[in-house]
Amino acid sequence: MMGRLPFLLASLVLAMLGQTWPALAEQPAEHPAECRVAENLIEPIFPLPHVAQALAAKKLHVLVLGAGSSRLPGASGTADAYPARLQHALAAILPGVEVKVTADVKAKRGAAEMAMALPAALAATRPALVVWQTGTVDAMQAIDPDQFSQALGRGINTARSEGADVVFINPQYSPRTESMIALGTYAENMRWVALQQEVPVFDRFSIMKLWADLGTFDLYSATKKLDMAERVHDCIGRLLADLVIEAAKPSEPHAEGGR
Amino acid sequence: MKEKPFTAPLTIERDLRLDLFRGIALWLIFLDHIPSNAVSWITIRNYGFSDATEIFVFISGYTAAFVYGRAMQTHGFVVAAARVLKRAWQIYVAHVFLFAIYLAEIAYVAHSFENPLYTEEMGVLDFMKNPDVTILQALLLKFKPVNMDVLPLYIMLLLWFAPILWLLLRSPSLALVVSASLYTLMWVFEWNFEAYPSGTWAFNPYAWQLLFVFGAWCALGGAQRLARWINSPVTIGLAVAYLLFAFSIAMTWYIPRLGAYVPKFVGEAIYPIDKTNLDVLRILHFLSLAVITVWFVPKDWPALKSRLFWPAIVCGQHSLGIFCLGVFLSFAGHFVFTEVSNRVFTQVIVSALGIAIMVAAAALISWYRVIERQGPGPRPPAAKPGYAGGDA
Repeated sequence: MMGRLPFLLASLVLAMLGQTWPALAEQPAEHPAECRVAENLIEPIFPLPHVAQALAAKKLHVLVLGAGSSRLPGASGTADAYPARLQHALAAILPGVEVKVTADVKAKRGAAEMAMALPAALAATRPALVVWQTGTVDAMQAIDPDQFSQALGRGINTARSEGADVVFINPQYSPRTESMIALGTYAENMRWVALQQEVPVFDRFSIMKLWADLGTFDLYSATKKLDMAERVHDCIGRLLADLVIEAAKPSEPHAEGGR
Repeated sequence: MKEKPFTAPLTIERDLRLDLFRGIALWLIFLDHIPSNAVSWITIRNYGFSDATEIFVFISGYTAAFVYGRAMQTHGFVVAAARVLKRAWQIYVAHVFLFAIYLAEIAYVAHSFENPLYTEEMGVLDFMKNPDVTILQALLLKFKPVNMDVLPLYIMLLLWFAPILWLLLRSPSLALVVSASLYTLMWVFEWNFEAYPSGTWAFNPYAWQLLFVFGAWCALGGAQRLARWINSPVTIGLAVAYLLFAFSIAMTWYIPRLGAYVPKFVGEAIYPIDKTNLDVLRILHFLSLAVITVWFVPKDWPALKSRLFWPAIVCGQHSLGIFCLGVFLSFAGHFVFTEVSNRVFTQVIVSALGIAIMVAAAALISWYRVIERQGPGPRPPAAKPGYAGGDA
C-alpha cells in the first residue's frame, strides 16, 4: 500500500542517520530486518546509572509497568508480549548476566493508578529498571494533562528513591483509532517530563508509525490473528533491549548526542 | 484617570486582515485535525508554542465585538444580547450535527475493525455500548469527541459575551481587568468544566475567554491604543526574539538529542506548556506572531483585495460554516487514509482537495447571501448592517 517515493525518502533518512550511529548499526545484527528498520529511532540520550551498576554486578532485574498495550490476548499472550521478548533479547545480548523481567500489567490503568501501584511492585521485585508504558488510557479517559504529568513525576521519584532507573514507553501508533484518541497532548507531556527528569523515552509511536509508513507491518489490517501482533511485540522487545543497553553503557558523554 | 468610552471606531470599515488570517487559521485547523497528515508539518504549531486555535479565538472575539458592538450601540443591550444568543444556538446546532457525523464514523470503525494488537485502543468504542448516556452527555456538551472541542468553547464564550460587551463599551479597561482576573482565578483555583466520562474540557473556557475578550477589546479601540507600542522597534525585537526562542524549543521536540542543550532551569520554567488552560507562553507566542504580522501586513495593503488572498478571505468571512465543514472533511480525510491509501501523495491530494472544497463552499455561502439580500419579497435590504462583509 506504500508508494515508492516515501520509501526512498525514508531509506535515505535512515541511511543518513545510520552514519551518525555507527555503534548501533554494527552491533545487533541478529535482529530480524523488520525490527532493524526502526533502529535509528532508538535514542538513548540519558544514562541509566542503576542499570549500569546492575550489569556490573551481573544481575539485572527489570519491572515492566504497563497497561493493555503491554500484553497480548490468547494462551501464549504473556510469552509473546514485549516484556517477555525484552527478557529474551536482554539475555541474548548479555551472556553471563542474570536477567529477569517482571511484568506488572493491567488493562485500562492510567498513569496515576500505576504510580500508586509502583511502591508495592518495587518492593516485590527490587528492580534496577522500571520500564513504564503509559499514556493511552489517560488520553482515552481525557485525564487532566497536568495531573498526568504529575503522576509521571511521582512515579519517577518513587522508582529512583528505591534505586531504580526509569524508561518511558509512549502510546502505540494505532491508525484506525487515531481520529478518536487524542494522544498528542499526553505524548507531548510525557516527552516534557522525560526531558526534565532525564528519562529515556522508547518512542513506540514513531517506531510503529515508521513501520506502517514503510509497509513493514500492516497496522491497518482487521484481523483476529495474532501473528503480526507477535512480530510487532518481538521487535519492540528487541529494540527496547538495545535502548537499555545503549543507555547503560558506562562513562560515555551522553549529553554529546548520545555517543 | 477617567476613561473615555469607545465610540468612534465602530463605524470604520471591516478589516480584511481579520478575514484573511481567520481563513488561514481554518485551513490550518483542518490540516492539523487529520491525524498523521504529512501536510500538517507546515502548520505553525510545529514551530512554536501556539497554534491556529489562538488565531481563531482572538479573531472571533474581535469580529464578535465589531458586529455585536455596533448592534448594542444602535439597538441597545437586549437586541444585541438576543443576537449573540441566537449565534450561540446556531453553533450548538452545528456542533450536534458534527457529532452525528462522528457517530456514523465511529459506528463504522467499531463494526469493521479488530486487531489483537489494539485491544486497549478499541476500548474507546465502549461508549457505543450505552448510547443513551453518551448521546445525552454529548447534547449537554460534556461528552466531546476528539477535535470537537472548539465549538463548545465558542458557545460558552458567546454565552458570557453580552454582559462583557456591555462592560467593554462603557469601561474597556475594566472589562479587560475582569477577564484577566477570571483567567488568574482559574489558575489559582484550577477551575474548569467537567467532561464525560471523566476529565475536564480540553479548552478551558475560563482560560480561553481571555483571548476572546482581548480580541473584542482590540476591536473596540484597544488596537489603536496599542498602536504606538506595537510599532515600536523594541516590541518588534522582543517578539522576534521570543519567536526564535519558541522555535528552538520546538526543534527539541523533534530531535530529542537537541534537548540536552536546553538548560535544566529553562525546561523547569516552561514545561508543561498547557494548552487546556491557555498557558502564558502560548499567549505570548500568539501576541508575538500578531505583532510581527501587523508589522508586515498593513491594514490598507492593496494585495488584501487581490485575487491571491481571496480564497482565504472568503473562508474567514464564513467561519462557522467553514469550520464545521473542515471538521467533517478531516474525518473524511482520515477515512480515506485508512480505507484507501495513506501514501504521502494521497495525503497531499486530500489536504489540497479539502481546502479547495472549503473555498468553494465559502464562495457558495457568499453567493447565497447575495441572492437572499436581493430577495423576492419586500424585505428591507439593509436589515442587518452588522453582517456586511461576514459573520461574527
